[in-house]
Amino acid sequence: MYIDAVEEVIDALGRLPGIGPKSAQRITFHLMRLPVEDIELLTSAISLMKEKIRFCDSCFNISEQELCPICKDGQRDKGMLCVVEEPKDIIALEKTAEFRGKYHVLGGSISPIDGIGPEQLKVAELLRRIEPERIEEVIIAMNPNIEGEATAIYIARLLEPLGVKVTKIASGLPVGGDLEYADELTLGRALVGRHPVNEEYKNV
Amino acid sequence: MSLYRDQGIVLRTWKLGESDRIIVIITEENGKVRAVAKGVRKTRSKFGGRLEPTSHVALQLFRGKGELGIVTQAETIDRFQNIRSNPELFSDASAMLEVVDHVSPDQSPDPSRYKMLLGALQTLDEKSSPLLVPSFFLKLLEHEGLAPELGFCIKCLDTDNLVSISISEGGVFCNKCQRGRTISDTSIAVMRAILGGGLKQALEVKDMQTVSEIDRIASEAVEFHLERKIRSRRVMDT
Ligand SMILES: [Zn+2]
Ligand SMILES: [Zn+2]
Repeated sequence: MYIDAVEEVIDALGRLPGIGPKSAQRITFHLMRLPVEDIELLTSAISLMKEKIRFCDSCFNISEQELCPICKDGQRDKGMLCVVEEPKDIIALEKTAEFRGKYHVLGGSISPIDGIGPEQLKVAELLRRIEPERIEEVIIAMNPNIEGEATAIYIARLLEPLGVKVTKIASGLPVGGDLEYADELTLGRALVGRHPVNEEYKNV
Repeated sequence: MSLYRDQGIVLRTWKLGESDRIIVIITEENGKVRAVAKGVRKTRSKFGGRLEPTSHVALQLFRGKGELGIVTQAETIDRFQNIRSNPELFSDASAMLEVVDHVSPDQSPDPSRYKMLLGALQTLDEKSSPLLVPSFFLKLLEHEGLAPELGFCIKCLDTDNLVSISISEGGVFCNKCQRGRTISDTSIAVMRAILGGGLKQALEVKDMQTVSEIDRIASEAVEFHLERKIRSRRVMDT
């Protein structure tokens, strides 16, 4: 439709999450109108990020070094591990300031239809951390959807024989939100995943 | 442009923008429908967890001008709790959803295909069997007119001494015409039962050799006819 150079940018943008063909087209035309300096700023920022950022060797959070700042932090509670899907979930959980343990990023959740099973996730890496790090409790904080649920159940099944306490956040129910707005499934999940009230992270 | 009601099973979903999802649903009366569920990813969405893959729901939909409709209401008919709480069953269910998604053209109603999927999900949820997914694949192929011929040698029409099967050639062979890969008498008998009204008994078969032989043949047949790999099929095997 367009000349190749343009088509290539549209294609590349269209492969990004949440960007459909129409948005890709719109962004491409916007980029074309930008002054050269702005484009350079953008491309070099992306290249620099790619150069500097890697995944933490231990928890797979994004990091500038072999270990991320959280894994290096001696003040964090060593016996607790919170398992999340993506690095961005760590940011959300850190904002609550309720959790003082370390994290483990799986890199997604079990989604058979996308060809993603335990082998595509950092599950074996998680199991390998339990003993050497003397983990006593693993808190599973997956997204409250069917894929997250399957992942949580799968991981709990693997962890329990190791003698680790496994808990799940009461996800989906916004604290202070009206129960009447929660649908039955979400409510069910929160109940299944309920915690003793003395647990510090109940508001996560 | 109009509102209509139907029931359906959510086959898969795609993220759309910040908080919406595109839901692909196989419906009873309107075939495969793609519709937007607005705000479904917000924790306080009125849809909550109802519009997830495997969900059996009663829907109200708005038919727009384009190919995308809009989900205006959704109520749970069955939440398949066992499928939700067992990753292996979820993976089996996903394989069936994936295949139905690929055999079903958009907006071309086929109530019997819909009922087959619903029945298979109900069975999976209530009392799973190692031959459930392979049986579903074979019955679906039969429904689409693509099942392998199991009654006679497809070269010489002999009905005795059937010893091998070739999916690409469309059926079984006798010992004189032998092509493809070998197949046991038991597997042929069980597959005939699956396609010939003996599904219930076939689902009782637990012999691992027969199960894995039929499983391989059924998956191969589906992949051959769909001309694509079934991504869901083996992800939980570790
Ligand atoms: Zn780390
Ligand atoms: Zn023959």
